[in-house]
Amino acid sequence: MFLALVVGTVVAPVQIPALDGRKLLLVRPIKPDGTPTGKTRIALDNVQAGDGDRVLVLDEGNGGRQILGDPKAPVKTIVVGVVDYVDVHGAHVYDHRRRTEAQGS
Amino acid sequence: MYLARVTGRVVATHKYEGLGGVPLQWIQPLDEHGKAMGGQLVACAVISAGPGDLVHFVDGREAALACPETFVPVDAAIIGFVEQAVANGVRIGREGR
Repeated sequence: MFLALVVGTVVAPVQIPALDGRKLLLVRPIKPDGTPTGKTRIALDNVQAGDGDRVLVLDEGNGGRQILGDPKAPVKTIVVGVVDYVDVHGAHVYDHRRRTEAQGS
Repeated sequence: MYLARVTGRVVATHKYEGLGGVPLQWIQPLDEHGKAMGGQLVACAVISAGPGDLVHFVDGREAALACPETFVPVDAAIIGFVEQAVANGVRIGREGR
């Protein structure tokens, strides 16, 4: 799993049946301090996340199929949590309630 | 799963028997700005898409699950046709629209 920032939404009217009715989000992997890292992905939303949210993303097929309850669904990337806060070495690097990044002390 | 644009098609008459009837497309993965991200690759097109279309694809073992025959040697499959993607207020759409 990795931390990511929701940067946008994807509208896909024609897709495989396993994804019907599912919201798709564009997610940008980030480091705990918010620095972008890695490749932008499309993820299925499972937690009603929205633009600007910091989220926890699963990028693995078996877990994804378990969440959908469909053993044959060709899905891989799923948003599985909205991040409240992140502590690194005891310092608050992100807090959802304040929506601001405290500078590491 | 990634956003991509279809840039062309690939025709292979002789291929693994389970892949008969599955079109192959040449795609370019895109980032949230609609810019190229990494190299181009060949993907199975489970839904019909043509050059210029915006699509999303799945990579890895899951790609084979999208194909009509699921035990096939495939590592990328186009699984959706994207009408538009909006990132940071900027719209990414089909080429020329």
